Amino acid sequence: MKSLAELQAIRERAKAELNLRKENPNSARVLVGMATCGIAAGARPVLNAFTEEIAKRGLQEDITVTQTGCIGICQFEPVVEVEIPGEEKVTYVKMTPEKVARVVNDHLVNKNVVTEYTIGANT
Amino acid sequence: MYRSNVLVCGGTGCTSSDSLKIVEKLKEEIKNNGLEKEVNVITTGCFGLCALGPIMVVYPEGSFYSMVKIEDIPEIVEEHLLKGRIVTRLLYQETVEEDTIKSLNKTAFYAKQNRVALRNCGVIDPEKIDDYIAQDGYAALGKVLTEMKPEEVIQTILDSGLRGRGGAGFPTGLKWKFAAANDADQKYVCCNADEGDPGAFMDRSVLEGDPHAVLEAMAIAGYAIGASQGYIYVRAEYPIAVKRLQIAIEQAHEYGLLGDDIFGTGFNFDIKLRLGAGAFVCGEETSLMTSIEGKRGEPRPRPPFPALKGLYQKPTILNNVETYANVAQIILKGPEWFASMGTEKSKGTKVFALGGKINHTGLVEVPMGTTLREIVYEIGGGIPNGKKFKAAQTGGPSGGCIPEEHLDVKIDYDNLIEIGSMMGSGGLIVMDEDNCMVDVAKFFLEFTVDESCGKCTPCRIGTKRLLEMLEKITNGQGTLEMLDEMEELCYYIKANSLCGLGQTAPNPVLSTLRYFKDEYIAHVVDKKCPAGVCKNLLEFNIDRDKCIGCGMCSRKCPVSAISVTDYTAPGKKKPAYAIDHSKCIKCGACIDTCKFKAVSKG
Repeated sequence: MKSLAELQAIRERAKAELNLRKENPNSARVLVGMATCGIAAGARPVLNAFTEEIAKRGLQEDITVTQTGCIGICQFEPVVEVEIPGEEKVTYVKMTPEKVARVVNDHLVNKNVVTEYTIGANT
Repeated sequence: MYRSNVLVCGGTGCTSSDSLKIVEKLKEEIKNNGLEKEVNVITTGCFGLCALGPIMVVYPEGSFYSMVKIEDIPEIVEEHLLKGRIVTRLLYQETVEEDTIKSLNKTAFYAKQNRVALRNCGVIDPEKIDDYIAQDGYAALGKVLTEMKPEEVIQTILDSGLRGRGGAGFPTGLKWKFAAANDADQKYVCCNADEGDPGAFMDRSVLEGDPHAVLEAMAIAGYAIGASQGYIYVRAEYPIAVKRLQIAIEQAHEYGLLGDDIFGTGFNFDIKLRLGAGAFVCGEETSLMTSIEGKRGEPRPRPPFPALKGLYQKPTILNNVETYANVAQIILKGPEWFASMGTEKSKGTKVFALGGKINHTGLVEVPMGTTLREIVYEIGGGIPNGKKFKAAQTGGPSGGCIPEEHLDVKIDYDNLIEIGSMMGSGGLIVMDEDNCMVDVAKFFLEFTVDESCGKCTPCRIGTKRLLEMLEKITNGQGTLEMLDEMEELCYYIKANSLCGLGQTAPNPVLSTLRYFKDEYIAHVVDKKCPAGVCKNLLEFNIDRDKCIGCGMCSRKCPVSAISVTDYTAPGKKKPAYAIDHSKCIKCGACIDTCKFKAVSKG
């Protein structure tokens, strides 16, 4: 180690992973339905796509990606719920890994709900 | 990038209940379910709640699983990690509320704690330097080397009010200042990790959970006093701590955070490990240094103090593990932050190893000034089986017993000394009505007699005589005059011993004489042990009207002291049994066997 910048670089790299191990009560939450119906419909690639996208943008401290059980609308799986503190919960249905980047960018970062993916637009 | 992290405690407590096998099984199950790229398994240091081990925490949910068994792993992996359904049945019950799950930090055990020295324990992987760096590790060393002069570092530590966590509470900054002021071609920075008090395991947990924190602080101390070599004196009985320290030193070398020209500033610092063979006296500073030199661990008179002539006759500082664990935080957050915690004369936090008759056995870190009542009843969860609190023992063989009347004393160095105990390194053993205080004093004296190095007479012979008197008392041969003689001898040993071991060895006797004299008197005058511990003062009897004559006790008795009589109680079918007191060895097997509560002791 010959400089503080080197230490800083290691810290930034390592921090991303470590932040997953802390509870942040104020973080936004992405809940992916991972019951049997969700998994069968392809929820796992969706879950992983969220994790990757959020890590790529360095947002682990502000957004928690977590799994949840079946919420009862199995025909719409994979279902993803987005909870931003102080705002109403939004439910996205029939999610795919391809749709993930837009939800992160538009909704979680820029606070614009991607209406066309929501349950309202699909019933 | 992992979506989930599973933290499994790899401290000594959980390891001894097979947490490492749990890690293996976890990895296997995760692989079976094809989750190895999504779920990360990390072995961490101690979480503190050792009574509930093995402990496992799953993030991002923060689910706290306690007393995990290997058989539970497939369920946790399939349900929680794959399907996202938390296995509520295995959660630490206090975190489960009606339909929600409470955050771990809001449970009684953690809510009142403030983890500074233990901040990384149970969070980082102690075998990965990157994890430590992510938690601002080595940033304090970087700051010190590039922005601060040695005197500024010492002033910062002085201003923080940090005092030695090893027991005596000497101001750390002052120690550093003295050593810095002495010119020499070589100086040394030593770390006392020879944790020897029965029931104390704070230092072990810091070393196991966050070894780099100690290395970083030693390098900072080296810069402050002008030393280039450090030694950590650690017990060989702490194999996990030793292994993690070795890994940490190696990794710090690889990154150039130890060695030559650290951060390109020209500052050189290296650390070597020295394993202690387990002699209690080697925790005393002059003995410790003698032992590092490769000689028999015996104390020598002070002055000269180590700051002038320590290891290899060179200026040396010696600080305890927990003391070092605070240093980097003080540099980064400022002395005012540290001084804002605690009481007027004792700043910061203190780690206690809670043990004995307490529900939450484990490790707790609280601000100085927290009361014993809060630690025992709120954090510690009270005393098991509804028993009554009798005393808390702090400071190990050098400390004393704190009775119920002092439960509300704010714990800090000076208050504990005032009530006849001492902070010690932080062992806190809770005792209930079933503990005999004379027996407790005898236990600690047996320990000090064993561990006295024998170099000075007051300690070698004095503690032996003291123990003999205690043995007489617990055997029913004590006299009231003996109590006065004991007290006089205690003061003599305290005043005349060479080192801290002898100077504090009588404390358990003095403090129990002070607060529990009635128990001593019961032993001496009534020849009774009120707690029912001292065997020679006990008599076992069978209530012949309660005995149904089943003969179970007679069969269990190892010395055939129980035989049948010719008395049959009204309403009973078989004759009762009786104990022959001339044969009875008072092992208590009969009491444990009898289902009809017919056997009594007293």
